[in-house]
Order: sequence, then C-alpha cells, then structure tokens
Amino acid sequence: MTTLDHADAARTGARPGPPGAGAAAPQGRRRSGRRLSVRSRWELALLLTPALVLFVLFVLVSIAAAVYYSFFDWNGFGPPTRLVGFANYTKALADPMFQGAVRHNLQFAALSVVVQLPLTLGLALLLNGRFRGRAVLRLIAFTPYVLSEAITAVAWLVMLQPGGAVDEGLRSVGLDGLVHEWLADQHLVLYTLFVVATWKYIGFGVILFLAGLQGVPAELREAAALDGATQWQTTRKIVLPLLGPTIRIWIFLSVIGSLQLFELVWIMTLGGPAGSSATMATYVIDRGFRRYQFGYGSAVAVLLFAVCFVFALLYQRFALRRDTAGALSGRVD
Amino acid sequence: MALIAPRRASAPGRRPGTPLSTAARYLAALAVVGVTAVPLLFVVLGGFRTNAQINAHPTGWPHPWVFANYTRILGSSSFWRFLFNSTVIAVTATALTVVLGAMAAYALSRYAFRGREGLYTLFAVGLLFPLGVASLPVYLLLRQLHLLETWYGVALPQAAFGLPVTIVVLRPFMAAIPGEIEDAAAVDGCTRLGFFWRILLPLARPALVTVAVLAFLGSWNGYQLPLLVFNDQSHFTLPLGVATFQSQYSQDTASILAFTALSMLPALAFFVFAERRIVGGMTGAVKG
Repeated sequence: MTTLDHADAARTGARPGPPGAGAAAPQGRRRSGRRLSVRSRWELALLLTPALVLFVLFVLVSIAAAVYYSFFDWNGFGPPTRLVGFANYTKALADPMFQGAVRHNLQFAALSVVVQLPLTLGLALLLNGRFRGRAVLRLIAFTPYVLSEAITAVAWLVMLQPGGAVDEGLRSVGLDGLVHEWLADQHLVLYTLFVVATWKYIGFGVILFLAGLQGVPAELREAAALDGATQWQTTRKIVLPLLGPTIRIWIFLSVIGSLQLFELVWIMTLGGPAGSSATMATYVIDRGFRRYQFGYGSAVAVLLFAVCFVFALLYQRFALRRDTAGALSGRVD
Repeated sequence: MALIAPRRASAPGRRPGTPLSTAARYLAALAVVGVTAVPLLFVVLGGFRTNAQINAHPTGWPHPWVFANYTRILGSSSFWRFLFNSTVIAVTATALTVVLGAMAAYALSRYAFRGREGLYTLFAVGLLFPLGVASLPVYLLLRQLHLLETWYGVALPQAAFGLPVTIVVLRPFMAAIPGEIEDAAAVDGCTRLGFFWRILLPLARPALVTVAVLAFLGSWNGYQLPLLVFNDQSHFTLPLGVATFQSQYSQDTASILAFTALSMLPALAFFVFAERRIVGGMTGAVKG
C-alpha cells in the first residue's frame, strides 16, 4: 500500500517522502552484513539480469547509438562512414522547419498550462463533492484518456472535414461565422490540434484533481468558513495550496506530453500544411524515417531528448523537489 | 482511489451546498459528459449510417439504421488480425514488464548490496526517456538486430521502456512489507526466492495490478513504434490499422467510423472491467 499511501499523503498536503524513503525505506535483511553469501549473489544475478539486459539494450544502447549516428551523414544503407562532426546539429538548429517545430511544441506546452490548467482545475472544483451520478461522470470523463491517440485522431479527422460534423454543428446553432478550414488553415491548425488534445486529456486531469481534492480536510474548510472566509477565499487560500503537489505533477506531465507530441499530429496533418503543425517528434520521423536521413534524424532525436531531459531536471529541481524528491534523481546514500 | 486509499479525509458533500453551487456542479458535470460523449456517439452512430446519409447531414441520426458497415468489418479478416496482433504484443509486453520489473524491484528493495541505490537510480532515470522520444533510435537498433516486422520487435522495447515506472512503483511497496514476515518464512524453511514467489508477490498484488494495467494500456495504445517497425499490413496493430484504414478509404466515411468504433471496444471493455484499478492506478501512480 505504500505507493498509494504516498499518493494519499500527497493529497492530504503532507509532504510525502520519496518513494522508498521514510517509513518505507528499503530494508536490506537485518542480518545482512557487509558480505553477501554466494547464494545471495546468485539470487541477485538471477533477479536483476533479465531486467537489466532488456533495459540497457533497448533504452541505453539505443540512445547511445543515436548519439553516435548523429555525427554522421548517413542514409541508413551500410555502416555510417561519412563523419561530419556537429554539422547535423548546426544544420537542424538553423533549419526554419525545425525552429518552427520547437516553437509549436512550446506553444502547445504554454497553451496547456494557460488554458487547460484553469479549465481542468475549475471543472474539478465545481465537481468536487458527492452528488448523484458521480461514478458515471468519472467513467465517462476518463474514457478518452483510455482510447489510443490514433483512434482519437481518426475520429476527429472525420469530424473536422470541411462540411463535416463540427461545421454542421456550428451552423445548426447559428455560428456559421465560426466555420473554418480547421486542419488546412496554417494559422489555425495548431489550435485545432490543441482542442483535440484537450478533449482527450481533460478528463484525466479532472479526475487527478478530484482525487487530490479528496485529501483536503473538510475541517479546514469548515474552520475557514467559521472564521468568515468566503468560498473564494477558502478556495484560494486553503484548497489550492493543498492541491499544489497535484497541480505541479499535472504541469509536469502536460509539458512533457506537449514536448513529445506526435501521434495526433502525424495522423491528422503529418505536420502540415507546410510544416505549420510540425513538432519535434514529427520532424524526427519525417527526416529520419521517411527521407532516410538517419544521421540527421538521430541528431534531431538527441536534441529532443536533451530538451525533455533538461526540462525534467530543472522542473524536478525547482518545482517538484518538495513533492517527489528523489523519485527521479534517486536517493543517494 | 476510494477502494485503495482509506477515506480518512473529508466528505465535502456533507456540507449542505447552496442551490446555486449544486446547479453549477450539475452544469459542469453535464458539460464534461457532453463534450466527452458527443464525439464518441458520433463515431458509433455514424457507423450505422450510409455515406449518403453522412454527407447529407454529418450530425444526423441513423435513418434507416444500416448494419452493413459493422458486419462487413466484422466479416473481414484484417480487423481480427489487427486485434490479434495487438493482443499478442500487449500481453507479451505486459508480462515481460511486470515479471522482470517485479524481480528487479524485489532485488532492489529487500537485498542489501553495494551499488543498489545506483542501480535504482539508473532505472529511475529511464523515466525521463519515454519510448515516444526514442522511437527512431529504437527503430535503428531493431533494424540492426533484424527484429523489424516481428511482434517482439515491438513488445521488447515497450517492456524495456515500461520497466522504470514499474520498478519505481513496486519498490517502495515491496520494501514496506514487514521483515518479520520474511523472518517467519525463513524459519519455516522458505528460501528468499520462495518467499518472493509464494508470499511477497501475492501480498504485492494491488501494486502489480496497477503496473500491469499501465503497461497494458501503454502497449495497446502504442502507435509510433509499430508505425516504424511494421511495413507489412498483416502485422499491423489496431491503432496502426485504424489510421491506415482511414488514409486508404478516406472517402468511405461510414466504414471508417464503424472501424473506429469497433477498435474502441476492446479498450472500453477493458476500462469498464478495470475502471477502479485504472483510475486509481493512473492517478496514484503519476503522483508516485
């Protein structure tokens, strides 16, 4: 129950220790002295080797190989031979298409924090508390999150066709002026994709926040109410601060998800029209996989890694530190 | 969550809400349900219409109801093949993630050895490298290993990238099981591996279910890696199949909608079946 107890602690606003710390500190056997018996060594090897082999091979080796390939001009046929140093990196950074892709990822991340977060939080605050149909709501709101992005993308692709369901829906309520070429308009396409992504992920956010809200003690609110606090003051000064850890995790997930955005875009627009919805990930696949520029694609993949990695470390360092200290950085003894 | 976590906090519902806040709450609930359900209904109902009906009135009700789209897809071999491929891959990836992850988490939680924290950190750092970011490098590696066009070419990397979250979730869970139980088992002649198999794993079942659900959904919904690994349509998974079907038959909207609706069913069935676990697991696991 530890993990979930941690989650529970997060909800009550207590600072949860890092997984594996505090009450749940991994205990070696108390009898374990400095030396392991031969038998224990064998057991350890047996337990750890399969996971390590799989992990090292597919995660670490593939990343290391990408770094290696990124220094070559390589079309993928035969072994890479034309060493070009950092040329792939400088080329990528100078390419307006790639710059555009980075900008789109950042726009997406900013939009989710500025638009999705208040929306999600607001809905969760409204929905907090017990009411008839709560279980059904939870079930329905979570559904899009369970469906694959591919299915989401195909469904919305059909609905957003010119003269399709969305257009007809708008016309039927007299909003003809709002009808647009949702996926063909260069200035609009990113926002269209953002709306689709919001549809898919808002239910998850609402349920995450509802879970967090369950941990805000009713006594605190009642005390605040007795002291004459208005509903708004209670929300602002008591509920939101206690919800802090959940909000910070939501932002983390949301930004990382925005930086890696691929499937919705790939299926709905292939990054088009004219690269106006390209993201870093679609750029990697387009150049590396479709155009056989494997060296160049690897370099862009490494850049994408770097962006996500730096964000995760900085966020971990400055925002999440108090909530999940050690979850990623490990607990160094 | 209620199932798992003791509801020790609050029952805000006890507070008599003002009529206004109750109305707002139902309005918000209605908005969420409407926005979520309408597109899903459109897909399902659209599958029961003809293209002529859809073209004339995209948002209309089926009139008359047409079952041909659904029966045609259910009668085609490709849908079932995609379903089968997805199932094989997702089950393999889930089994590997959970079994190998549980073994590693046991070693990392209940054995004391030098380098343990370092090893744990190594796995945990893997959380920063999701498969979505690494798909091109993984593709190149798979090509090198001649694993393209194979189902384990998808399942193995998915399992590898699923290990970090599995270990991060399982380790504290396993560490929290009291040492007295292990001592008692040892006194009764249980080896440490026997303890793992016969006592620890059954005790860790809730956490195992959580990580299994995460791994299964991740694999089942995967699109990017199968896109790179599979070229031969007979190997396609369901998400890849849906997207390909859409681009191949882009004029046949009714069939696309029927195909999409049918592709939703397995995930929806799984979700209804394991709703508490999924919701609890997701909201719990992400907060680590």
